[in-house]
Amino acid sequence: MSTDIIIHDKKDNVGVVVIEKITPKQDCKCWIMENDSSVNIQSADEIPLGHKIAMIDLKEGDTILKYGHDIGKVVKAIKKGQHVHVHNVKTKKW
Amino acid sequence: MEIPKSFLGYKRENGRAGTRNHVIILPVDDISNACAEAVANNIKGTIALPHSYGRLQFGADLELHFRTMIGTGSNPNVAAVIVIGIEPKWTKRIVDGIAKTGKPVEGFHIERTGDIGTVMKASKKAQEFVMWASEKQREECPISDLWISVKCGESDTTSGLASNPTVGNLMDKLEPLGVHLCFGETSELTGAEKVCATRGATKEASDKFMKTWSAYNDFILKEATDDLSESQPTAGNIAGGLTTIEEKAFGNFQKIGNCKFVDVLEPAEEPKKGKGLYFMDTSSAAAECVTLQAAAGFNIHLFPTGQGNIVGNPIEPVIKLTANPLTVKSMGEHIDCDVSKILSREMNLSDAGDELIKTTLKVANGRLTCAEALGHREFVMTKLYRSA
Repeated sequence: MSTDIIIHDKKDNVGVVVIEKITPKQDCKCWIMENDSSVNIQSADEIPLGHKIAMIDLKEGDTILKYGHDIGKVVKAIKKGQHVHVHNVKTKKW
Repeated sequence: MEIPKSFLGYKRENGRAGTRNHVIILPVDDISNACAEAVANNIKGTIALPHSYGRLQFGADLELHFRTMIGTGSNPNVAAVIVIGIEPKWTKRIVDGIAKTGKPVEGFHIERTGDIGTVMKASKKAQEFVMWASEKQREECPISDLWISVKCGESDTTSGLASNPTVGNLMDKLEPLGVHLCFGETSELTGAEKVCATRGATKEASDKFMKTWSAYNDFILKEATDDLSESQPTAGNIAGGLTTIEEKAFGNFQKIGNCKFVDVLEPAEEPKKGKGLYFMDTSSAAAECVTLQAAAGFNIHLFPTGQGNIVGNPIEPVIKLTANPLTVKSMGEHIDCDVSKILSREMNLSDAGDELIKTTLKVANGRLTCAEALGHREFVMTKLYRSA
């Protein structure tokens, strides 16, 4: 039952950390809300509560999907398990 | 959970019901704040609503000022109103607007009398009003008398995961019971605007939403000197893990559940198409948004927060909920409803929605919100442009 990461939609390529933090090389349990399924991932970084983890390798120019929707573009390549935030993702608006 | 069919409210002359019974001292303009605050200090149980504007405004900006003033006085959470302005004409316009509700209202202007004489006259009337209002009793009102506005703030990813969907769950359960609902925050739907537009109940509502969003977005693009990364998302949002405005927008949008909006309102415009969900064109700044929704007649507010926004309003009780366990731990005195167990999956969304309905009804029946107990009375007028 314990969940470390929640993913909104099965199409999403990021998940959200829902425990105080995850540490590098931690084996994390992920819950996909949309279809109530589970997957596992090993983290590459320390990631605090509420921050995002990459579920797959992402290259520059790729689109980040969350809620099944486009929430921005990758500006610096991200490896599976790494922290996804303002240092490697930017808005497509404004 | 079986949802209660009624709450205990104050019935007003125009058929609306209030969750509060305030007597307010409303300054027309910035320079009348001192008088209004002096009256509120003299007469216990009244509250002054000081603000920064009301002089030399013109056009749509002046219309919005009047709409906000008249709407605030007309809100069913207000039993009676003292209006104080520097000049007679604008003072009278606001008094006449509020008087249409049938509630007691009286105006005073300062020119040719001065502060001291005005404070004396207005205090006598305020004492009469507050003693009259204090006799009012709460009566059973149908739940459809609740007009619920929503706005989120200091959001983080827990808002989109849990606290905003909790509000959405409440909307899905209460909308069929005939309540009025309102969401706003035009700029914070950026990125989710096309999806939001599909939630119009009619093509007209959808088109009106896209027009409203585009106008706000054009304004932001025109005034922006950078990519807005200092403002949207805010530093608090970013600390909480939100990366882009699009991510914030899709989280924000969870607040309306599966409801469709029946119309798009101007800032502070009263809904006229009956029960259901409305979108209002507002800023995404918390106090500005809640002030406009209160001025449109909404009598109870739900405010999901992630990192811990602490906003309140002088006339519309603001209920805070959060799913962030760190916020519950470090800022618990601001949180009316804790839904953090959604993240640990010890609580599902429907249970959380039920909890929020219970809290909402307690507050509607008179329980103070955290923001009320802590004295938060942020009354912030929206100003569209410089005065003449």
